[in-house]
Amino acid sequence: MTVDTESLSCQELVELVTDYLEGALEGALLQRVEAHLAACPDCSKYLEQLRQTIQVVGTLTIEDLSPDAERTLMHAFRDWQAGS
Amino acid sequence: MERTDAQLVAALRAGDEEAFRELVRSWNAPLLRVAQIFVPSRAVAEEVVQETWVRVLGALDRFEGRSTLKTWVFRILVNTAKTRAQREGRSIPFSSLQDPGRVPEAAVEPERFLPEDHPQHPGGWASPPRDLPEDRLLAAETRQRIAQAIDALPANQRAVISLRDVEGWSADEVRNALDLSEVNQRVLLHRGRARVRKELERYLT
Repeated sequence: MTVDTESLSCQELVELVTDYLEGALEGALLQRVEAHLAACPDCSKYLEQLRQTIQVVGTLTIEDLSPDAERTLMHAFRDWQAGS
Repeated sequence: MERTDAQLVAALRAGDEEAFRELVRSWNAPLLRVAQIFVPSRAVAEEVVQETWVRVLGALDRFEGRSTLKTWVFRILVNTAKTRAQREGRSIPFSSLQDPGRVPEAAVEPERFLPEDHPQHPGGWASPPRDLPEDRLLAAETRQRIAQAIDALPANQRAVISLRDVEGWSADEVRNALDLSEVNQRVLLHRGRARVRKELERYLT
Protein backbone atom coordinates (compact mmCIF):
# COMPACT_ATOMS: atom_id res chain seq x y z
CA MET A 1 0.00 0.00 0.00
CA THR A 2 1.27 3.43 -0.88
CA VAL A 3 0.67 5.83 1.92
CA ASP A 4 0.40 9.52 1.31
CA THR A 5 2.25 10.84 4.32
CA GLU A 6 0.73 14.27 3.90
CA SER A 7 -2.74 13.12 4.87
CA LEU A 8 -3.21 9.78 6.51
CA SER A 9 -6.82 8.60 6.56
CA CYS A 10 -8.22 6.45 9.35
CA GLN A 11 -8.54 3.60 6.88
CA GLU A 12 -4.83 3.87 6.09
CA LEU A 13 -3.88 4.26 9.72
CA VAL A 14 -5.42 0.98 10.86
CA GLU A 15 -3.13 -0.84 8.42
CA LEU A 16 -0.08 0.79 10.04
CA VAL A 17 -0.76 0.04 13.70
CA THR A 18 1.23 -3.20 13.79
CA ASP A 19 4.24 -1.51 12.17
CA TYR A 20 3.78 1.27 14.75
CA LEU A 21 3.57 -1.10 17.74
CA GLU A 22 6.54 -3.10 16.40
CA GLY A 23 8.68 0.04 16.18
CA ALA A 24 9.03 -0.44 12.43
CA LEU A 25 7.99 3.07 11.43
CA GLU A 26 10.38 5.95 11.15
CA GLY A 27 10.76 9.48 9.85
CA ALA A 28 7.87 11.38 8.34
CA LEU A 29 5.52 8.40 8.37
CA LEU A 30 6.03 7.81 12.10
CA GLN A 31 5.35 11.49 12.75
CA ARG A 32 2.17 11.33 10.68
CA VAL A 33 0.95 8.27 12.56
CA GLU A 34 1.65 9.86 15.93
CA ALA A 35 0.01 13.12 14.89
CA HIS A 36 -3.04 11.28 13.58
CA LEU A 37 -3.39 9.25 16.79
CA ALA A 38 -3.02 12.36 18.93
CA ALA A 39 -5.82 14.08 17.02
CA CYS A 40 -8.15 11.13 16.35
CA PRO A 41 -10.00 9.56 19.31
CA ASP A 42 -11.51 6.87 17.05
CA CYS A 43 -8.14 5.60 15.86
CA SER A 44 -6.81 5.83 19.42
CA LYS A 45 -9.74 3.63 20.42
CA TYR A 46 -8.83 1.20 17.67
CA LEU A 47 -5.25 1.07 18.93
CA GLU A 48 -6.54 0.51 22.46
CA GLN A 49 -8.73 -2.38 21.26
CA LEU A 50 -5.74 -3.91 19.57
CA ARG A 51 -3.68 -3.61 22.76
CA GLN A 52 -6.55 -5.21 24.66
CA THR A 53 -6.61 -8.00 22.10
CA ILE A 54 -2.90 -8.63 22.65
CA GLN A 55 -3.53 -8.60 26.40
CA VAL A 56 -6.32 -11.20 26.19
CA VAL A 57 -4.33 -13.41 23.82
CA GLY A 58 -1.45 -13.24 26.29
CA THR A 59 -3.59 -14.83 29.02
CA LEU A 60 -4.47 -17.92 27.00
CA THR A 61 -3.19 -21.13 28.44
CA ILE A 62 -0.65 -23.12 26.62
CA GLU A 63 -1.61 -26.54 25.35
CA ASP A 64 -0.13 -29.33 27.37
CA LEU A 65 1.66 -32.26 25.91
CA SER A 66 -0.61 -35.30 26.12
CA PRO A 67 0.56 -37.97 28.57
CA ASP A 68 0.74 -40.48 25.69
CA ALA A 69 2.92 -38.25 23.56
CA GLU A 70 5.15 -37.51 26.53
CA ARG A 71 5.58 -41.22 27.29
CA THR A 72 6.54 -41.91 23.68
CA LEU A 73 9.08 -39.12 23.75
CA MET A 74 10.61 -40.25 27.03
CA HIS A 75 10.99 -43.73 25.52
CA ALA A 76 12.69 -42.20 22.50
CA PHE A 77 15.02 -40.31 24.81
CA ARG A 78 15.99 -43.47 26.70
CA ASP A 79 16.50 -45.36 23.42
CA TRP A 80 18.70 -42.55 22.20
CA GLN A 81 20.70 -42.59 25.42
CA ALA A 82 21.10 -46.36 25.25
CA GLY A 83 22.29 -46.16 21.67
CA SER A 84 24.74 -43.27 21.97
CA MET B 1 15.78 -21.74 36.31
CA GLU B 2 16.68 -20.75 32.76
CA ARG B 3 19.58 -22.76 31.46
CA THR B 4 21.79 -21.63 28.65
CA ASP B 5 21.66 -23.63 25.43
CA ALA B 6 25.10 -25.07 26.17
CA GLN B 7 23.98 -26.24 29.63
CA LEU B 8 20.81 -27.70 28.20
CA VAL B 9 22.62 -29.60 25.44
CA ALA B 10 25.15 -30.89 27.96
CA ALA B 11 22.32 -32.10 30.22
CA LEU B 12 20.62 -33.90 27.33
CA ARG B 13 23.85 -35.54 26.25
CA ALA B 14 24.37 -36.66 29.84
CA GLY B 15 20.96 -38.35 29.78
CA ASP B 16 19.11 -35.88 32.02
CA GLU B 17 15.51 -37.03 31.55
CA GLU B 18 13.99 -34.12 33.47
CA ALA B 19 15.77 -31.63 31.23
CA PHE B 20 14.32 -33.38 28.17
CA ARG B 21 10.85 -33.61 29.70
CA GLU B 22 10.86 -29.91 30.52
CA LEU B 23 11.97 -29.05 27.01
CA VAL B 24 9.37 -31.14 25.18
CA ARG B 25 6.66 -29.77 27.46
CA SER B 26 7.56 -26.15 27.12
CA TRP B 27 7.95 -26.18 23.34
CA ASN B 28 5.05 -28.50 22.57
CA ALA B 29 2.40 -25.88 21.83
CA PRO B 30 4.56 -23.73 19.52
CA LEU B 31 5.92 -26.81 17.73
CA LEU B 32 2.36 -27.99 17.07
CA ARG B 33 1.28 -24.58 15.82
CA VAL B 34 4.15 -24.40 13.38
CA ALA B 35 3.73 -28.00 12.19
CA GLN B 36 0.09 -27.23 11.43
CA ILE B 37 1.15 -24.64 8.85
CA PHE B 38 2.33 -27.54 6.72
CA VAL B 39 0.28 -30.60 7.55
CA PRO B 40 -3.50 -30.89 7.41
CA SER B 41 -4.48 -32.36 10.73
CA ARG B 42 -3.73 -32.05 14.36
CA ALA B 43 -2.95 -35.78 14.53
CA VAL B 44 -0.34 -35.56 11.78
CA ALA B 45 1.13 -32.43 13.39
CA GLU B 46 1.58 -34.39 16.63
CA GLU B 47 3.42 -37.10 14.71
CA VAL B 48 5.62 -34.48 13.08
CA VAL B 49 6.52 -33.09 16.52
CA GLN B 50 7.40 -36.57 17.76
CA GLU B 51 9.53 -37.23 14.69
CA THR B 52 11.21 -33.86 15.15
CA TRP B 53 12.36 -34.71 18.66
CA VAL B 54 13.78 -38.02 17.49
CA ARG B 55 15.68 -36.18 14.76
CA VAL B 56 16.82 -33.51 17.22
CA LEU B 57 18.28 -36.15 19.52
CA GLY B 58 19.93 -37.91 16.59
CA ALA B 59 21.54 -34.69 15.42
CA LEU B 60 22.37 -33.24 18.84
CA ASP B 61 26.06 -34.01 18.54
CA ARG B 62 26.13 -31.80 15.46
CA PHE B 63 24.53 -28.81 17.21
CA GLU B 64 27.25 -26.19 17.20
CA GLY B 65 25.46 -23.28 18.80
CA ARG B 66 25.64 -21.11 15.70
CA SER B 67 21.93 -20.49 16.10
CA THR B 68 19.97 -20.80 19.32
CA LEU B 69 18.79 -24.27 20.24
CA LYS B 70 15.21 -23.06 19.76
CA THR B 71 15.83 -21.86 16.20
CA TRP B 72 17.68 -25.07 15.41
CA VAL B 73 14.87 -27.28 16.72
CA PHE B 74 12.23 -25.29 14.84
CA ARG B 75 14.20 -25.50 11.60
CA ILE B 76 14.30 -29.27 12.00
CA LEU B 77 10.56 -29.19 12.66
CA VAL B 78 9.86 -27.18 9.51
CA ASN B 79 11.93 -29.59 7.40
CA THR B 80 10.26 -32.59 8.97
CA ALA B 81 6.81 -31.09 8.40
CA LYS B 82 7.57 -30.22 4.77
CA THR B 83 8.81 -33.73 4.07
CA ARG B 84 5.74 -35.18 5.70
CA ALA B 85 3.46 -32.85 3.71
CA GLN B 86 5.09 -33.96 0.46
CA ARG B 87 4.73 -37.60 1.41
CA GLU B 88 1.06 -36.96 2.07
CA GLY B 89 0.77 -35.45 -1.39
CA ARG B 90 -0.11 -32.09 0.04
CA SER B 91 1.20 -29.05 -1.75
CA ILE B 92 3.14 -26.97 0.70
CA PRO B 93 1.64 -23.54 1.29
CA PHE B 94 5.12 -22.14 1.00
CA SER B 95 4.02 -19.01 -0.83
CA SER B 96 1.57 -18.20 1.92
CA LEU B 97 4.42 -18.07 4.39
CA GLN B 98 6.95 -16.38 2.14
CA ASP B 99 4.67 -13.93 0.41
CA PRO B 100 1.58 -13.25 2.48
CA GLY B 101 1.30 -9.75 1.05
CA ARG B 102 0.24 -11.03 -2.35
CA VAL B 103 -3.33 -11.41 -1.23
CA PRO B 104 -4.55 -8.17 0.32
CA GLU B 105 -6.63 -8.37 3.47
CA ALA B 106 -8.15 -5.36 5.22
CA ALA B 107 -7.63 -5.09 8.98
CA VAL B 108 -11.08 -3.50 9.31
CA GLU B 109 -14.09 -4.01 7.02
CA PRO B 110 -13.99 -1.28 4.31
CA GLU B 111 -17.67 -0.49 4.89
CA ARG B 112 -16.80 0.87 8.34
CA PHE B 113 -15.05 3.81 6.66
CA LEU B 114 -16.39 6.80 4.73
CA PRO B 115 -15.74 6.72 0.99
CA GLU B 116 -12.53 8.09 -0.52
CA ASP B 117 -14.48 10.96 -2.10
CA HIS B 118 -16.17 12.04 1.11
CA PRO B 119 -15.95 15.86 1.26
CA GLN B 120 -14.92 16.19 4.96
CA HIS B 121 -13.36 12.90 6.01
CA PRO B 122 -12.29 10.68 3.12
CA GLY B 123 -11.42 7.28 4.56
CA GLY B 124 -12.51 8.37 8.05
CA TRP B 125 -14.47 6.15 10.40
CA ALA B 126 -18.17 5.80 9.52
CA SER B 127 -18.69 3.26 12.30
CA PRO B 128 -15.92 3.92 14.82
CA PRO B 129 -14.68 1.41 17.40
CA ARG B 130 -16.27 1.68 20.82
CA ASP B 131 -15.11 1.03 24.36
CA LEU B 132 -14.83 -2.61 25.27
CA PRO B 133 -16.23 -3.45 28.73
CA GLU B 134 -13.14 -3.84 30.91
CA ASP B 135 -14.89 -6.18 33.35
CA ARG B 136 -15.61 -8.75 30.64
CA LEU B 137 -12.30 -8.47 28.85
CA LEU B 138 -10.53 -11.21 30.76
CA ALA B 139 -13.60 -13.29 31.62
CA ALA B 140 -13.35 -17.02 30.92
CA GLU B 141 -16.00 -16.82 28.17
CA THR B 142 -14.15 -14.03 26.40
CA ARG B 143 -10.89 -15.90 26.53
CA GLN B 144 -12.57 -18.99 25.16
CA ARG B 145 -13.98 -16.97 22.24
CA ILE B 146 -10.53 -15.59 21.55
CA ALA B 147 -8.95 -19.04 21.66
CA GLN B 148 -11.55 -20.17 19.09
CA ALA B 149 -10.83 -17.12 16.94
CA ILE B 150 -7.14 -18.03 16.94
CA ASP B 151 -7.95 -21.62 16.02
CA ALA B 152 -10.00 -20.35 13.09
CA LEU B 153 -7.12 -18.27 11.64
CA PRO B 154 -5.20 -19.40 8.56
CA ALA B 155 -2.40 -21.64 9.83
CA ASN B 156 0.41 -19.18 9.10
CA GLN B 157 -1.29 -16.31 10.97
CA ARG B 158 -2.19 -18.68 13.78
CA ALA B 159 1.41 -19.79 14.14
CA VAL B 160 2.79 -16.24 14.23
CA ILE B 161 0.21 -14.85 16.70
CA SER B 162 0.64 -17.93 18.92
CA LEU B 163 4.39 -17.58 19.05
CA ARG B 164 4.38 -13.81 19.51
CA ASP B 165 1.36 -13.14 21.71
CA VAL B 166 0.65 -16.42 23.49
CA GLU B 167 4.22 -17.66 23.93
CA GLY B 168 5.79 -14.22 24.13
CA TRP B 169 8.55 -14.80 21.60
CA SER B 170 10.35 -11.83 20.08
CA ALA B 171 9.91 -10.91 16.44
CA ASP B 172 13.45 -12.12 15.73
CA GLU B 173 12.83 -15.50 17.35
CA VAL B 174 9.74 -16.00 15.19
CA ARG B 175 11.55 -14.85 12.04
CA ASN B 176 14.41 -17.24 12.67
CA ALA B 177 12.27 -20.21 13.61
CA LEU B 178 10.03 -19.83 10.56
CA ASP B 179 12.62 -18.38 8.20
CA LEU B 180 10.43 -15.35 7.57
CA SER B 181 11.44 -11.88 6.45
CA GLU B 182 10.82 -9.00 8.87
CA VAL B 183 8.06 -7.68 6.66
CA ASN B 184 6.27 -11.01 6.29
CA GLN B 185 6.44 -11.69 10.00
CA ARG B 186 4.73 -8.34 10.58
CA VAL B 187 2.13 -8.88 7.85
CA LEU B 188 1.10 -12.20 9.37
CA LEU B 189 1.05 -10.76 12.89
CA HIS B 190 -0.95 -7.75 11.70
CA ARG B 191 -3.57 -9.88 10.00
CA GLY B 192 -3.84 -12.37 12.81
CA ARG B 193 -4.24 -9.69 15.45
CA ALA B 194 -6.71 -7.74 13.30
CA ARG B 195 -8.95 -10.79 12.86
CA VAL B 196 -8.84 -11.61 16.56
CA ARG B 197 -9.64 -7.97 17.43
CA LYS B 198 -12.68 -8.14 15.14
CA GLU B 199 -13.90 -11.17 17.03
CA LEU B 200 -13.24 -9.52 20.41
CA GLU B 201 -15.16 -6.41 19.35
CA ARG B 202 -18.00 -8.43 17.86
CA TYR B 203 -18.32 -10.48 21.03
CA LEU B 204 -18.07 -7.64 23.54
CA THR B 205 -20.06 -4.86 21.85
